[in-house]
Amino acid sequence: MTDLAPTIPLISDGIAPGAADEPAWLADLRRAGLSVYTERGLPTVKVEAWKYTSLAGLKKIPFVLDDGRARLPDGGDSDALALGPDDALRVTLVNGRLAGVPADLPAGVRIASLAHLLATEPSVVEPHLGRIADLADAPMGALNAALMADGLVVLVAPGTVLERPLHVVSVSNTPDGQARHGHPRHLIVLGDGARATLVESRVSAPGAADSLCNAVTEIALGREARLSHLRHVERADTAVDLDLTEATLGEGATYDTFTLTLGGRLVRNEARVRLRGGGASTALKGAYGARAGQHFDTTLVVDHAVPDATSDQVFKGVVDAGGKAVFQGKIIVRKDAQRTDGNQLHKAMLLARDAEVYTKPELEIYADDVTCSHGATVGELDLNQLFYLMARGIPEADARALLVEAFLDDVVEAVPEGPLREAFLGRVRAWQARRHATTWETS
Amino acid sequence: MAATQDTIDRIAEASGTYKYGFVTDIESDKAPKGLNEDTIRFISAKKDEPAWMLDWRLKAYRHWLTMKEPDWQKVGYPPIDYQDAYYYAAPKSKDDAPKSLDEVDPELLRTYEKLGIPLKEQEMLAGVAVDAVFDSVSVATTYKKKLEEMGVIFCPISEAVHRFPELVQKYLGSVVPYSDNFFATLNCAVFTDGSFVYVPKGLRCPMELSTYFRINEQNTGQFERTLIIADEGSYVSYLEGCTAPQRDDNQLHAAVVELITMDDAEIKYSTVQNWYPGDSEGKGGIYNFVTKRGACRGKNSKISWTQVETGSAVTWKYPSCILQGDNSVGEFYSVAITNNAQQADTGTKMIHIGKNTRSRIISKGISAGRADQTYRGLVRMLPKAEGARNHTQCDSLLIGDQCGAHTVPYIESRNPTAQVEHEATTSRISDDQLFYCLQRGIPEEDAVALIVNGFCKEVLQTLPMEFAVEAQKLVGISLEGSVG
Repeated sequence: MTDLAPTIPLISDGIAPGAADEPAWLADLRRAGLSVYTERGLPTVKVEAWKYTSLAGLKKIPFVLDDGRARLPDGGDSDALALGPDDALRVTLVNGRLAGVPADLPAGVRIASLAHLLATEPSVVEPHLGRIADLADAPMGALNAALMADGLVVLVAPGTVLERPLHVVSVSNTPDGQARHGHPRHLIVLGDGARATLVESRVSAPGAADSLCNAVTEIALGREARLSHLRHVERADTAVDLDLTEATLGEGATYDTFTLTLGGRLVRNEARVRLRGGGASTALKGAYGARAGQHFDTTLVVDHAVPDATSDQVFKGVVDAGGKAVFQGKIIVRKDAQRTDGNQLHKAMLLARDAEVYTKPELEIYADDVTCSHGATVGELDLNQLFYLMARGIPEADARALLVEAFLDDVVEAVPEGPLREAFLGRVRAWQARRHATTWETS
Repeated sequence: MAATQDTIDRIAEASGTYKYGFVTDIESDKAPKGLNEDTIRFISAKKDEPAWMLDWRLKAYRHWLTMKEPDWQKVGYPPIDYQDAYYYAAPKSKDDAPKSLDEVDPELLRTYEKLGIPLKEQEMLAGVAVDAVFDSVSVATTYKKKLEEMGVIFCPISEAVHRFPELVQKYLGSVVPYSDNFFATLNCAVFTDGSFVYVPKGLRCPMELSTYFRINEQNTGQFERTLIIADEGSYVSYLEGCTAPQRDDNQLHAAVVELITMDDAEIKYSTVQNWYPGDSEGKGGIYNFVTKRGACRGKNSKISWTQVETGSAVTWKYPSCILQGDNSVGEFYSVAITNNAQQADTGTKMIHIGKNTRSRIISKGISAGRADQTYRGLVRMLPKAEGARNHTQCDSLLIGDQCGAHTVPYIESRNPTAQVEHEATTSRISDDQLFYCLQRGIPEEDAVALIVNGFCKEVLQTLPMEFAVEAQKLVGISLEGSVG
C-alpha cells in the first residue's frame, strides 16, 4: 500500500490502514478498491449515478484519515444520542470503531469488531467480506475497501432468532476539531432461518468539526432468513455521511428497511439489494426532512435475478427552503426473472421557495411476465387539506405542521408497531418542532 | 399467460416484414463520398445559398469536429464511419424541376403510389398539401398556391432561404442551436432540405400540412431540417410520415425539427415513422438520430407532439417542449413498437419556465422479439414556473421473454407550487384482465384485442384522421378488432 497517488483527494495523506501481515485476499481487496478509486476519483455530477449529488466540495476540506483514537465525549455512553428503546442490545461505534460489545448475547449470535476478527480470525469474515458488494462502479465503496479499518460484524447462526433488537449507535466525533474521514465496514450474516432486528442510529457528538463517514455494509441473508433494518440518520450540519449497503438474499429471505434521514450536510443512503432466491422479498422504505444547507440523497437498486421475488420501495420526504433532496430508484428485472413483482413510489413535498427535489425512478426490464410500476410526485402541501383544517379553527401554522407530520408518518408506519415506531415518530415530531420554532423566529 | 401467437404474428406483420422494401432506380447527382468543408461548400453551392447560410454550416461543422458521439443512450450499433457516406444526393431531373405534378418523374410517383400516398388523390380527396421529399430535394409541392393566398408559407427550406431569408435567419437554430448535440450539429453542417412553414397572425391553417420523407439513394445520409413558425393566434397541424426501401447497408438519418409558437398559437406535429428496421437479425436498417424541439415562446401557446414509431433499427429521439410563455402547454403522445433486433431510446423533455405552464406525457412502448426499448424523459420545473403542472404516464408492454423495456425518467423541481406526477408500469397482457373478459363471455381473441387496443388508445386518438389509418395499419396488433 505504498503506491498512493499524492494528488487524489482523501488518500493524499498516504496513510493506509492495511497491516503488513494481512492475508493475501484482504490485500487484494484493498488493492482492487484503490485502483477503482484512483481511476475514478471523487464522483462528480458527470457520473450518472451521482448526477444530482456532487462530492467535489470534499476536495476543499483538509481531511485526515481517522486514527481510531476518538472516544465518546467525556467518556460518556451513547444513551443521549441513541434512539430508544432501552431493551435493545446496544453496540456503540465511534468513527466506525467498535467501542464495546454487549455481554449478554444469546447463543448463536456473534458480535465482534471487524478489526479484531481480521487480526485474529480472518477466516471468519473471508467468505463474505468484499464478496457481496460489487465495487467496480462504486468509487466511494472502493475507497472504503482500500481504507477500511474497523466496523461491526454480526453473525447469526442458522435457525437463531434474536428477540431483542440490536441497536447500533454510530457516533462521529472530532474531539480535536480536526476534519476527519473514516471508512467503517460492516458485515451482517444471517444463516438459514435466522431472524434479527437491527436498529442503526447515525449521529454526531456535540460540537463536531467537519467529518466524512464513508461506510459500506454487506448483508447476506440465508434461506428464509429475515432481517429488519431500521435506520435513523441525524448527523450534525458539518457531517458528510455516505452509506452504501449491499445485500444478497437467498430463497425466501426477507430484508425490510426503514430509513429516516433528518440531519447532516450531505447524506447519501445507497442500497443495492440482490434477490438471488425465489420467494425473496425486500421492502425499502423511508422518510426524510431536509432543511437549509442539507442535501439528502437516496439511491436504491433492486436487482431481481431470479423468478418469483417481490420488492417494494416507498420513500416520502419534505424539503424546506435551501434544502435539496435526491431520489434515484431502480428496479432491474433480469432475463428469466419471471413473475417478478416490483413497485416503487417516491413522494416529495416542497415546503418553501428555494427547495429542490430531483427524482429519477428507473425500470430496467428483460422479462415479460412481470408486474412493475413506479410512481413519483413532487408538489406542495394540498391546499384543500389546509383549508379543511383552518375552516375548523386550527391556526395555519399548526395545520401545516399537522399535515407535514401526517405526510411523513404515513411511511414511518413501516416500522413495526411498538416503542421503536414511537421513537421514530418522536424524531419526526422533534424535527417539526425545531422547524416550527425557526420559522417562527425568522418570520 | 404469454401473448398469444396471433398477437406475436400481428406484431411481426406490423414491424417485422417490411412491405415497403424496394429501391427506385433513378440516377442521382451525388457529392463525393466523405465529409469535409468541401462537401459542405458543395451542398451550399448546389443549393445556391447565400453566404450567411454557408458560414453557419461551416461554423457548425467546425464545432462538430470538437464533439464526441454520445454514448449514454441505451442502444448499441457498430461505429459509424462519417467519411464513408454521401452527404448530398438529388434526383437528376432536378435541373428541370417539375412545375406541377404532371412533370414529376413518373417513377417517383409510382414509388409513392406503392407507399399508399397517391399525391393526386390526396390533393383531391383528402385536402392535404403534400411536400414530398425524395431523398434530399423536394420534388412536388401541392396546394402551395392556395396556401400562399392565405398567407401560409409552406415550401422546401432551401427555397425559404432564398425567398424569406429574414425569417429563416431569425428562427433557424433559435430552438436547436448549432452547438446543441452531436447529431444536430452534424445536421446544421450538411442538411440538404426539409420543410419550412410560417403561419401568419390569427390564421387557422385550413388544411393539414404533410411531408413524406423517403430515403432512397444507397449510402446517403438524410439530414432533414424542418422549421415551423406559428405566429400570434395561429394554428397549424403538421404531419410527417416516413417509409424507406429495403437494403443491407445501414443508413444514418439525423434530422432536426424546430417549432416556434407565439402568443396564443398552436402547433400540432404528428409523425408516423416506419423506416426499414433491418432484417430479423438486425442487419441493415435505418439509424434514426433525430433532434426535435419546440419552443412555446408566447403566452397561452401550445405545442403537441404525437409519434407512432414502428421502424428504424436504432431510434434516438426526444421531441421536447420549452415552455417559456406563461400558461403555455406542451404535450407528448407516443406509441413505439420494437420487434426483432430493433432498439429505441425515445422520450421527451418538458422544460417549464413560465408561470402556469402545463405538460402532459403519455408514452406507450411495446417491445417484442429481441428488441430493447427505453423511455427517457425529463420534466424540469424552474424556480419561476409558478403553478406549473406535469403529468407523465409511461407504460410498457412486453411480448416474449427475450425483449427489454426500460424507463428512465428525470424529474427536477425547484418550485414548491409546481406539481409533478409520474406513473409508469411494465407488464404483459394481464391474466386478470383476460380472465375478467373471458368470464363475461368475450372470446380470448377479442379480449386480447380489447386490451391491446386500450393500451395504445390514448395516443392513437390524438392523431389526425389522415394518419390514424396508417398508424392503425402499422400498430397492427391493436385496433383491428380481431386480434388474438
